[in-house]
Amino acid sequence: MSSPVETLVNREYKYGFVTDIESDVAPRGLNEDIIRLISAKKGEPKWLLDWRLKAFRGWSKMSEPHSWPNIKYNPVDYQRLRYYAAPKTKRPLGSLDEVDPKLLETYQKLGIPLSEQKLMAGVAVDAIFDSVSVGTTYKAKLAEAGIIFCSFGEAVREHPDLVRQYLGSVVPASDNFFAALNAAVFSDGSFVFVPRGVRCPMELSTYFRINAAETGQFERTLIIAEEGASVSYLEGCTAPRRDENQLHAAVVELVALEGATIKYSTVQNWYAGDEEGRGGIYNFVTKRGKCAGANSKISWTQVETGSAITWKYPSVILQGDNSVGEFYSVAVVNGRQQADTGTKMIHMGKNTRSTIVSKGISAGRGQNSYRGLVKVLPKAAGARNYTQCDSMLIGNRCGAHTFPYIEVQNPTAAVEHEASTSKIGEDQIFYLKQRGLNTENAISMIVNGFCKEVFKELPMEFAVEAQKLLGVSLEGSVG
Amino acid sequence: MTTPLLEVKGLRASAGDKEILRGIDLTVHLGEVHAVMGPNGSGKSTLAQVIAGHPAYQVTAGEILYQGQDLLDMEPEERAQAGVFLAFQYPVEIPGVSNAYFLRAAYNEIQKARGLEEVDSIDFLDLLEEKLKVVEWGPEIMSRAVNSGFSGGEKKRNEILQMAVLQPRLAVLDETDSGLDIDALRIVAGGVNALRRPENATVLVTHYQRLLNYIVPDHVHVLSAGRIVRSGGKELALELEERGYEWLEDEALTS
Repeated sequence: MSSPVETLVNREYKYGFVTDIESDVAPRGLNEDIIRLISAKKGEPKWLLDWRLKAFRGWSKMSEPHSWPNIKYNPVDYQRLRYYAAPKTKRPLGSLDEVDPKLLETYQKLGIPLSEQKLMAGVAVDAIFDSVSVGTTYKAKLAEAGIIFCSFGEAVREHPDLVRQYLGSVVPASDNFFAALNAAVFSDGSFVFVPRGVRCPMELSTYFRINAAETGQFERTLIIAEEGASVSYLEGCTAPRRDENQLHAAVVELVALEGATIKYSTVQNWYAGDEEGRGGIYNFVTKRGKCAGANSKISWTQVETGSAITWKYPSVILQGDNSVGEFYSVAVVNGRQQADTGTKMIHMGKNTRSTIVSKGISAGRGQNSYRGLVKVLPKAAGARNYTQCDSMLIGNRCGAHTFPYIEVQNPTAAVEHEASTSKIGEDQIFYLKQRGLNTENAISMIVNGFCKEVFKELPMEFAVEAQKLLGVSLEGSVG
Repeated sequence: MTTPLLEVKGLRASAGDKEILRGIDLTVHLGEVHAVMGPNGSGKSTLAQVIAGHPAYQVTAGEILYQGQDLLDMEPEERAQAGVFLAFQYPVEIPGVSNAYFLRAAYNEIQKARGLEEVDSIDFLDLLEEKLKVVEWGPEIMSRAVNSGFSGGEKKRNEILQMAVLQPRLAVLDETDSGLDIDALRIVAGGVNALRRPENATVLVTHYQRLLNYIVPDHVHVLSAGRIVRSGGKELALELEERGYEWLEDEALTS
């Protein structure tokens, strides 16, 4: 007999459509010529091409990580992939009015209208379609405050000195296999610069969309907040439903100077593959922030519901004295999804503080791992960390795993770790049903309650979105 | 004659391979309070859970009619929406969900099912103010997570609060008195009495006569080994208090 949880219907992944648009794609395979091609298409300066080539040479000597992450996948055939795809345009885009209507329609369907009149109030959006940015809204308004918000490609052209100064300063090209790959072939992404003393007046947002088949997406985001500046940045992601796996290897670098605050929120809903584990995105992402100045703060909030495999550890290097790092995470796996995610908090400065709240939800045959490192270096006197790591299991075929690493080299540090595992019970569901809620609403209420501490960190519009998303991701066979 | 609110006829139910209810007959009319008593393991709580539709029990024979309709054909939430309320013996904790949010969601589901308008959180607070008095609580309880970190007595009071808000037609109280000190018992019983109306009915499942000092039943039934072995008026409860359950169990065995 199937339990009430099992009888939940499977709802379609509603972002699984493909946009029929002519694309300019690179030939398959990866070699120095392809990298030169990408760099040439983007009209890059020589220093950047050299940086890419160096990264590629480093990458060629590295191997895909299979031994330590708690995820299983067949090695990716990097020579079969394409590394560049862009919707065909006749000339460079001058304004949003010139964007292909098909693209505007795509974002409309995704709930991200790109015309500024229709936008959510107070949110500026950069829309990335496959390898390129197709439009950035509110640019002019932000520029009045001295804020630069544009595609990465544009930043390379318009603000090469800033890019050159900070690119790779937090995640070096040689950092890890996927970061090196990204450095070699990254196509586009978002660039944000908030000058000294400026508080960004609106939420900045990037919406990533993979469309082309057999193409990897390698975007790169760089956010710099100068002394006393602050910014809140959101990213959302979706992809079409396809039978083969697609690779997404992004890099995000955040730099917070003295007294600056960066809040980075992600709602990730890449296509997760079907019930049997066919297709879906491999989400291999390196995200790291550096609290370079004293009294700075970097806060990561992520809601990860999509992808066949998620491999990401948004981290904070707490270099400045009294700097603060935060990581709030909800990771959901259902079907055959696998997630190995968590954070690294590296305490270097005095009285640095970090907070980690991780909520893992496993359903179906999903496998969810939390992996976190708290490292206190010898000079980090008075460092504090609080970690709370909770797992929830729905059904009997899923798994939750926890891999906490704590390295303390200063005797005045205080590191706390709390962990719990709970199982969503038929009794909880029955209790709510007895009060008039149907099974779907009952599960959604229980799960949202479990994630409350993380959701309250999200900007309002995203919190509502995340709650809905969670309800959808948990549907399907559970037992 | 009016249709009874609840008619249980020849009900047999099992948990896995184990038969627990072995032919129960029980008729409840509007305005009545029935007490179902019996020793541990006699099937009292199972009866309460089967009426509410707990998935752990399978009904193997008999039927339950509620307002003349087949109750067993309804999902637990449909039963709740139709006015069946179970006060749980062990109320469940829902961490992170505030009592106010939970109760309003439940209230609105039931309003919807009755074709009535849903209420927003402001109007709901007004409605709550009056209901909280039933269990002698202040509004601060509403911002706490559902039953999380509640004492045993608070959990039972919370069940009565939910009952006051949801205004069921049939309330089944499963051992609501167990584990309560005398003050909590007074508050809980006072709440149940305050909610008694000619247009609703209550089934009290209890092991002890003590609760019946506070809530006076119209009918008392004694359950033993999955059958009702005796029914009577409120004086039957007093007789049980004096003589214990053994004499009825012996009688049942020899009959």
